[in-house]
Amino acid sequence: MTIEILMPALSPTMTEGKLARWLVKEGDEIKSGKVLCEIETDKATMEVEAVDEGTLLKILVPEGSEGVAVNTVIAALGEKGETYTSSAKSATPTASPPVATPSAPAAQPLIQQSKQPQQVMMREGRIAASPVAKRIAQERGVNLYAVIGTGPNGRIVKEDVETALSQSSAPQSAAPAVKLPTPAQAIPAAATGPNAKQLADLLGQKYTEVKNSPVRKIIAKRLTESKQTVPHFYLAVDCELDALLAARSELNKKENAKVSVNDAIIKAVALALREVPAANAAWTEEAILKYTDVDVSVAVATPDGLVTPIVKQADGKSLLDISKEMRDLAARARDNKLKPTEFQGGGFTISNLGMFGIKHFAAIINPPQGCILAVGAGEKRAVVKEDKLTIATVMSVTLSVDHRVVDGAVGAEFTAAFKKLIEAPASWLK
Amino acid sequence: MTQQTFDLIIIGSGPGGYVAAIRAAQLGKNVALVESTHLGGICLNWGCIPTKALLKSSELYYTLQKLDEYGLEAKNTAFDLTKIVKRSRDIAGQLSAGVKHLLKKNKVTVFDGFGVLAGNQTVKVSKDNQPVVELKSPHIILATGARPRVLPGIEPDGKLIWTSKEAMIPEQMPKSLLVIGSGAIGIEFASFYRSLGAEVTVVEIADRILQAEDEEISAMARKAFEKQGMKILTGAKIAKLEKGKDNITAQIEANGKTETITFDRVISAVGITGNTENIGLENTRVQADRGHIVINPWCETHEPGIYAIGDVAGPPWLAHKASHEGIICVEKIFNIPGVHPLDVKKIPGCTYAHPQVASIGLTEAKAKTEGRAIKVGKFPFIGNGKAIALGESEGLIKTVFDAATGELLGAHMIGTEVTELIQGYAVAKTGELVEKDLMHTVFPHPTLSEMLHESVLAAYGKAIHF
Repeated sequence: MTIEILMPALSPTMTEGKLARWLVKEGDEIKSGKVLCEIETDKATMEVEAVDEGTLLKILVPEGSEGVAVNTVIAALGEKGETYTSSAKSATPTASPPVATPSAPAAQPLIQQSKQPQQVMMREGRIAASPVAKRIAQERGVNLYAVIGTGPNGRIVKEDVETALSQSSAPQSAAPAVKLPTPAQAIPAAATGPNAKQLADLLGQKYTEVKNSPVRKIIAKRLTESKQTVPHFYLAVDCELDALLAARSELNKKENAKVSVNDAIIKAVALALREVPAANAAWTEEAILKYTDVDVSVAVATPDGLVTPIVKQADGKSLLDISKEMRDLAARARDNKLKPTEFQGGGFTISNLGMFGIKHFAAIINPPQGCILAVGAGEKRAVVKEDKLTIATVMSVTLSVDHRVVDGAVGAEFTAAFKKLIEAPASWLK
Repeated sequence: MTQQTFDLIIIGSGPGGYVAAIRAAQLGKNVALVESTHLGGICLNWGCIPTKALLKSSELYYTLQKLDEYGLEAKNTAFDLTKIVKRSRDIAGQLSAGVKHLLKKNKVTVFDGFGVLAGNQTVKVSKDNQPVVELKSPHIILATGARPRVLPGIEPDGKLIWTSKEAMIPEQMPKSLLVIGSGAIGIEFASFYRSLGAEVTVVEIADRILQAEDEEISAMARKAFEKQGMKILTGAKIAKLEKGKDNITAQIEANGKTETITFDRVISAVGITGNTENIGLENTRVQADRGHIVINPWCETHEPGIYAIGDVAGPPWLAHKASHEGIICVEKIFNIPGVHPLDVKKIPGCTYAHPQVASIGLTEAKAKTEGRAIKVGKFPFIGNGKAIALGESEGLIKTVFDAATGELLGAHMIGTEVTELIQGYAVAKTGELVEKDLMHTVFPHPTLSEMLHESVLAAYGKAIHF
């Protein structure tokens, strides 16, 4: 018997996606749980795992296909030697309209398909959701894997599903279902000034076009919104690194570890946020949200652009654990393999360009967070100590602050706490 | 005047205030609780608890009248009103002492006096108009409760026209009684006095009694009370009350006619109004609207740092709502993760008449007006073995489900001990169970609780015993 594998909906709002890569080929024996392919959405790249077993008879949508409508048949499984004959549902790899089949409207999530329930796993395991939440998700076509629960122990409750539904019905093309402050509405192209392409064509300027990836579009949208709507101010401070560098070498030698200065900065930021919780906050019209957990986002450059994986509850983690976690997050960020929960959220961001020799810069706030710390290079500089000129390794950091959330004095309190921790690492760098 | 600083100040020690105080103390906070009258508030002293004590006496007396049904015999049955009232007062006293002990055990500092807001972080406490102490805190919870609402022309005088308080401590049994208002309070007193033999007339301005309840339940309750000899006038109002020496004559307009009836006593039970006066709200940005303080879902008022919970913050006027708000408010103030606002659709309500009435969530009519497709299950007490064995075979358990999702939207019950049954559905609603979960739950036999199961089965055409 032939089993058709359909294009999954990875979020309640997803209607189409890009089939980025096949990890199996026709004729392969497929075992349940095997990763079949990677799907790219505006948010992330996700793996599709097989639920059923059999031989992969045919790949119907080639890799690299964009705009593959949800529920399009992308491949077929069957007995060895069997040949695949297309059912009524024909595969339309590119630009297929959202309504692909009359029997199964597009944007219906996998959960609703009785034939192959839960074909897609985001490797998150079992979903904790209340019976009513599950039922509504089933009725209304919401993918629970993309909903964040607010009930006991993160259980998805009715309200969470309803929130996801209301977000998906909002007039927003790419509203994520996850319960996160959404990056504002798209800025109309017209608002960004003269169209560079039209102008270049007019003036005969030569260029090559690099198509915007979904990630690139999100970055553009969020940062434009941030710089235009968030009242930024900046606080810069110099921190002496010699004690920290010495403590780090000792630790790395003792533990045979590879703790970087950036790892230490994450830890110091987390501890400083614990001292000054007011800087771990976000603005909403009704209230300032003071985050309970100290979740530090760290900007990582990827070929596609910037992503900010999160070291969650960093204040409670050891430096060695932070170091290990950060290495893993950064590697997977560069491979575009982060789960949404790993880069959405966070309360405070660190952006470090020290490795490029940048002495000082001011970063754009990562909304809805209230602060971002821009970290420059540690370099030997002449400093004055007890009226004597001497040499120290100095690193300049600049805190960009949303003035609606954090006032100058509080920002200064945070930078002072951070400087103190960096310059006296004995108590925590071990 | 001395000044003391606390992590939290709470004004009022009713089921909202004292529960909030204990929760904050559990979180290691230094809490001040200001109470002007008696610990435990109206609930323990002049509300929920003493009336339940009275109703137990009247229920037993009612049962005595039908002992024959159980094959029992008792001669010269009688009641002693003084002893019934004393028992009720003793129980109130015992529970108030219990609250005092709990507060002490949790190291809550109790101030005996009247608390008034003097700015957004200060409460001035006075006793007999003498200043006692000034308390300071970044967080102040107002839990000052409510009092009976007074209608013009029906002003209680404590002698002929009673509020719930006088009705709880009668010196003599009135031969005839007019109860104005048929909410839970009015109906409980009507039931108490009727069971002890008074001629009771209930006047309700709306077209049915127990208006908050499902229409079907409300109609069944009316029938049961009328069968006991209670006179019920709905769509009726008091045109005039004329006080005599030891009686009171009422002109009651109903169905286009005016009746003039003389009663020994009148109980006014026309709702309650929040205690928002004289507590210094004018010294803050706290806003009050029609007798209650305006709050958001986190019990926050318009003044940052000042919160309101319970009856003073508006309906539903229920002790358990106040307690729950107290906990939510405190946990929110002290940043405990996972706090959710209170959902009124998940708060059960109980009326302890004979028969009892209990409900939670949407009524059938309300669910329909919300435009939902629903499934309704009904199971009568006559189909339950335990109910018949108890000699309590009158009653009904009704459930309302969302046809699409199987969510339990509401449950409505009338009959013996339903106030003890409703929480089964409260758990189901909070856990967001669907019909299948309830169907798969095993209920012990023989119990009244089996009817909870059968009603769910009935909604899906699968009831076994009816």
